[in-house]
Amino acid sequence: MTTKIESRVTTGETVIEVAKVNKWFGDFHVLKDVSLSVKKGERIVICGPSGSGKSTLIRCINHLEEHQEGKITVNGTVLDENLKNITNVRREVGMVFQQFNLFPHMTILENLCFAPVWARNMPRKEAEETAVMYLERVGIAEQRDKYPGQLSGGQQQRVAIARSLCMNPSVMLFDEPTSALDPEMIKEVLDVMVELASSGMTMICVTHEMSFARLVADRVIFMDGGEIVEENTPDKFFDDPQIDRTQKFLSQILAH
Amino acid sequence: MTQITSEIGTKTFEPLAARGAPTQHIGPLNWLRKNLFKGWLNSLTSLVLIGVLLWVLPVMINWLFLDAVFRGNGEVCRQSAGACWPFIYEKIPVLMVGVYPQELIWRPAVAGVALLALVYLTFSDRIRGFVLIGAWLALPLFALVMIGGAFGMTEVNQSLWGGLMLSILLALVGVIVSIPLGVMLALGRFYGSPLVKALCIGFIELIRGVPLITILFMVSVMMPLFLPPEMIINNLMRIQIGMIFFSAAYMAEVIRGGLQAIPKGQTEASLALGVSPNHTILFVIVPQALRHVLPPLIGRCIALFKDTSLVIIVGLLDFLGMIKGAALDPDWLGFQTEAYFFAAFVYWLICYSLSRYGRALENRGPNGAKR
Repeated sequence: MTTKIESRVTTGETVIEVAKVNKWFGDFHVLKDVSLSVKKGERIVICGPSGSGKSTLIRCINHLEEHQEGKITVNGTVLDENLKNITNVRREVGMVFQQFNLFPHMTILENLCFAPVWARNMPRKEAEETAVMYLERVGIAEQRDKYPGQLSGGQQQRVAIARSLCMNPSVMLFDEPTSALDPEMIKEVLDVMVELASSGMTMICVTHEMSFARLVADRVIFMDGGEIVEENTPDKFFDDPQIDRTQKFLSQILAH
Repeated sequence: MTQITSEIGTKTFEPLAARGAPTQHIGPLNWLRKNLFKGWLNSLTSLVLIGVLLWVLPVMINWLFLDAVFRGNGEVCRQSAGACWPFIYEKIPVLMVGVYPQELIWRPAVAGVALLALVYLTFSDRIRGFVLIGAWLALPLFALVMIGGAFGMTEVNQSLWGGLMLSILLALVGVIVSIPLGVMLALGRFYGSPLVKALCIGFIELIRGVPLITILFMVSVMMPLFLPPEMIINNLMRIQIGMIFFSAAYMAEVIRGGLQAIPKGQTEASLALGVSPNHTILFVIVPQALRHVLPPLIGRCIALFKDTSLVIIVGLLDFLGMIKGAALDPDWLGFQTEAYFFAAFVYWLICYSLSRYGRALENRGPNGAKR
C-alpha cells in the first residue's frame, strides 16, 4: 500500500448526481443543500466528525434514507417514491456496512447467492459459480460452507464486499467499513478495497483511514454540520487545507 | 498519521507451549461431595430429598408393578392392592379412536403409522427444508381422508371420531395452521399499514382476553346462530377453527418478540442488495425470528395439545373424555386411578417428546449451542 493508484476516470459520464439535497430527522436538519457529482470510475472519500451527515448522505444514494428536498439521480434513474426505481437503483449500487450485516442463518455461499437468485432471477448454479469467483477474489473461498459467526471480523467484512460484488454493481458505497474491526484486521479489508479501486470500480467511501484516502481517492470531501465544507484532491486536502474547520479536524485526527 | 517510530526489537518472541489443564478429582465419592454435600445447607437439602424419594418410590413401584395385576378381569383386580392393567389393555382401542366403527379401525391405524413414521423422520433429522414442511402439510390431509373417508371409502361421520386420535388431530391441525397464521398476524402488527395493524392488534387482544373455554362455547353454540343457514359447518370443524384462532393469537405475540430481536441492519443489508421487501421479510427476517423464539413456540405447541382436553366441554369425546367414559364401565368400576394415571402418562410422553425435539432444534444450526 504505497504506490498511488492511477485515476480511472476516463469519460465524463456522470453516475451519481446529488443536487441540493436536504434531509431532516424530526427537527434536526441533517443534510443542508448537499450537492455532489460522481463520474464513472471516480473514487471519493468522505470524512468528517460524527453527526456530520456523511453516512446519511451515502444512505440516501441507495434510498435506505429518504431525502425530503432535492434530487438524486443514479445511472439516469431519479430516486423518488417509485418502488421499482428504488429497487433498480439498489441493484446497481452495492453497499458495505460498518457492522457487516451478513445473514447469520445462511452459509457464506448462501449469503452471496441470495440476492442474485431472488433479485436477479439468476439460476442457482450460475449464482454459485459467480459467488465462488468473488470469494476467491477476496481470498476466502475455503470458508464458503461456514456460517458468518464462525469467521473473524475481517473475514466477515470481506464476505460482505464479495456479497455486494455478486450483484455486479456499477457503484460501491462503503459506510465506515473498518470502524468495527480489530487493528490487525483493518489491513486485510483495505487491501481488498484497494484492489477493487485499481480494477476501476466507482467508489464512495466514508472512512477515516487517511492512508487509504491518500492512496486511492480522486477527491476527498470533508463534511460538518450537514454541509460539504471542503472538497479537494487528497494531496491538496491533507497538505494544504483551505478552511479552518478542515484544518482543525485534520489536526485532531492526525495528532495521535 | 504520525508514525510511532520504534527500533526493531532484537529479541525474538517465543510463544509458550500450551500446558494441559490440571487433573480434576473424579470418581463417585468426589462427585457426591462436590454436588450433593457441599456445605451443611446442601447436605441437609439432599438428605431431606433423598428421604422423600425413599418414602414415595417404593409405594409407587409396589402399586405400579409388584402388587399390580397384569392378567385377569375386574374380580381378580379388586382382590389385589396394586394397579389393574388388564383394564387399560381392554380399553386401549376405545381410548385410541373412541366409538369409531370397529371394522374400519385400520384406517385411523394407517394414519397413525404415517404420523409415527413422519415423527421418526423429523426427530432423526432425515428430512429437512421444503420436504419437511411439505410432508407435515400433507399429513393432516392424508389423516382426514383416511379417518373421514373419501375417494370411494365409506364415510365416517365426524360425531364418531374420538379418543387420542381426535386429540392429536385437533392439536396437529391447530399447530400447522396457527403457526403460519401467527406469523401473518405478527407481520401485520409489526410492518402493516395503520389499518392492518389495528385489525391485527384487535384480533390478537380480543382472543387473548378471553379464556379458551369461552371461545369453544362461542364457536360451538353461538357461531351457528350468526352464520347464514345454507352455510353448515359441523361442530368439529367449528371447534377446530376456535382452537386455531386461540393458538394463532398467542403464537403471533411470541413471533412478534422474535421480529423485534432482529437488528435493523439485516433488513437494510437485504434491501441494499436490491432484494424486494417481501423476499427480505420471507427469507431474512422470518427465519431468524422463528429461530429466536423456538423455545416459547414449542411451549405454545405443547400448551395447545394439552388444551385439546377442554373440548369435552362442548361435547367432543377426546382422549380424556374416553378415559372418563372408560372409568364408568360397570365391568371395571373402581379403577379411575389407573385410567387417569394412564392419561397422565400418555400426555406426558407426547409433551416431553415435543420438548426434547424443541431442545434438539435449538442446538442445531448456526447459532445453536452445539455446532
